[in-house]
Amino acid sequence: MNLLETAKLTKYFGDTHAVDKVDFTIGEGEVLSLIGSNGAGKTSLVNLISGLILPDSGQIRFRGEDITKENVHARIKAGIARSFQIVNLFDELTLLDNVALSIFSREGMTRRLFSLADRQQAVWQEAHDILRQFGLELKAEVLAGGISQGERKLLDVAVAYALKPRLLFLDEPTSGVSTREKAPIMDVISSIVRAQKITAVVIEHDMDIIFKYSDRIVVMHQGEILASGAPEAIRNDERVKDAVFGPTHA
Amino acid sequence: MSVKKTLIWAVPIAVLLLVLPQVVDPYPTILLAYGLVMAIAVLGFNLLLGYTGLLSFGHSAYFGVGAYAVAFMVKYLHVQSMELFVLGAIVASILVTALFGYVCVRYTKIFFSILTLALSQVLWSLAFKFFWVTGGTDGLRVPTPKLLGVATAEGEDKIYFLAHGYYYYVLAVFVICVALMWLIVHSPFGKALQAIRDNETRARFIGIRIRRYRFVAFLVSGVFTGIAGALWVPLNGLTTPDILYWPFSGEIVFMAVLGGFRNFTGPIVGAVVFNYLKTYAVGFTVYWQALMGVILVVLVMTLPTGIVGSAKLVYAVARRRLAK
Ligand SMILES: Nc1ncnc2c1ncn2[C@@H]1O[C@H](COP(=O)(O)OP(=O)(O)O)[C@@H](O)[C@H]1O
Ligand SMILES: [Mg+2]
Repeated sequence: MNLLETAKLTKYFGDTHAVDKVDFTIGEGEVLSLIGSNGAGKTSLVNLISGLILPDSGQIRFRGEDITKENVHARIKAGIARSFQIVNLFDELTLLDNVALSIFSREGMTRRLFSLADRQQAVWQEAHDILRQFGLELKAEVLAGGISQGERKLLDVAVAYALKPRLLFLDEPTSGVSTREKAPIMDVISSIVRAQKITAVVIEHDMDIIFKYSDRIVVMHQGEILASGAPEAIRNDERVKDAVFGPTHA
Repeated sequence: MSVKKTLIWAVPIAVLLLVLPQVVDPYPTILLAYGLVMAIAVLGFNLLLGYTGLLSFGHSAYFGVGAYAVAFMVKYLHVQSMELFVLGAIVASILVTALFGYVCVRYTKIFFSILTLALSQVLWSLAFKFFWVTGGTDGLRVPTPKLLGVATAEGEDKIYFLAHGYYYYVLAVFVICVALMWLIVHSPFGKALQAIRDNETRARFIGIRIRRYRFVAFLVSGVFTGIAGALWVPLNGLTTPDILYWPFSGEIVFMAVLGGFRNFTGPIVGAVVFNYLKTYAVGFTVYWQALMGVILVVLVMTLPTGIVGSAKLVYAVARRRLAK
């Protein structure tokens, strides 16, 4: 059984067919790349699946359950987490707090008004471990608003990862950082995803990164899925070349 | 901040507050009691502003509800016990904040502020319209209450009572409220509120039900302010619609900003300082409102992070200098 399936999932913004009757599947354990030129509808698809926006029509099934009408909270409980193309962090809180909050929330502890957060040793330990995995341990006590763009991108992923999701969406985890920083960031992320056997969907532009890290590639174009397949097959697909890399691309 | 680090500050201040009535005159002690009462109110208010990122411009409503709950209990139920007053104020403010909160937490930013303001003005106008219940502008009198079941001695001076027995009562409630609020803001729930304050979208996407959390924060906030209202009436001896009127909400906002709303202790310091400032300004000139306005503008412009924020900065700089 597929972990996630969408059926004729559709979202229009006025005349823009952001997501147009999309049938999209993710298998358990897959690391999948979602590619496509700017405005292809990748972020909108993730927004629909994660519950940020609701579809005009179509269905989303997660682990066999229809979650099309579920709210964000229910989807997170079910195990769908995401990071953001434009980072969303708790800027006035430390890196450690940013990650710990995911853990507190995951464990249902944020409902506790009359217990000291500091006393939850296990949570802080886990938060430290996660920061270490992402190479952010040295900045644990720094405010999230005061770190570099590359670090912010990593922290954004770490916050989603700390939810221990079954399915993790990473929306352009290396956008907005220098080319030099991209590979190290993807190395960190992919090694964690692989080691923890997390099912992940990564939206990415850098083709070297995509071909290196993914099991399967799904190509979107003008709100539709144009192609889906192994990296080699996609690399040689003429339609993909035209749509994504432009007709002049060698 | 750790428990230990906090107690290093808190214990000496508590001791100072304990011995104060023994060494100073009743009048400044009573003023301090007013300050402590307002501190409880502003502490509640700041759970919304400082920790949840919601500026309420209607906290006079909850203060008023607490105060009028006490006055009604005196008038209609002939209650005298201060504990029952506080209990009644808690129940009344839970009811009103639950209703107001249900409406307000659907909005944020300026919309939230305007809505809280509008709702508080509704209560204020009700206090006028139903003057046969509320006493209208004359207000309702509240006599000296029984503290822990003990009535004041026959013929005991009211001033003496307020500066001693009642002062200690207020101090005890104040200490409990501070400890509770400290616990709340340092709880996982308190962290979740700060997460909502910093980034609503992200808070949702780590599974925090933001509306629900805002609602609970709103309740807690209103109840603290309601308790303050209940404590305030016996001090004042009378409750009038003034405390439901919007300028009073404005004063609450100002106390938080003056002390520094990004610090836990800011509202406490702000409330006590504001209270003294206001009292002396009133005594100094009939144009006291203008004078206060000027003082406050100057203070806020020179100390943008409030008294506590600035003090912390000075302390940090001094320590670095000394360490060299
Ligand atoms: N909230 C929105 N309102 C209006 N149009 C939108 C909105 N979100 C996305 N779009 C449009 O939908 C299309 C797909 O956008 P998006 O999903 O962000 O693409 P991608 O992530 O692939 O670059 C674009 O044309 C974009 O302008
Ligand atoms: Mg995008």
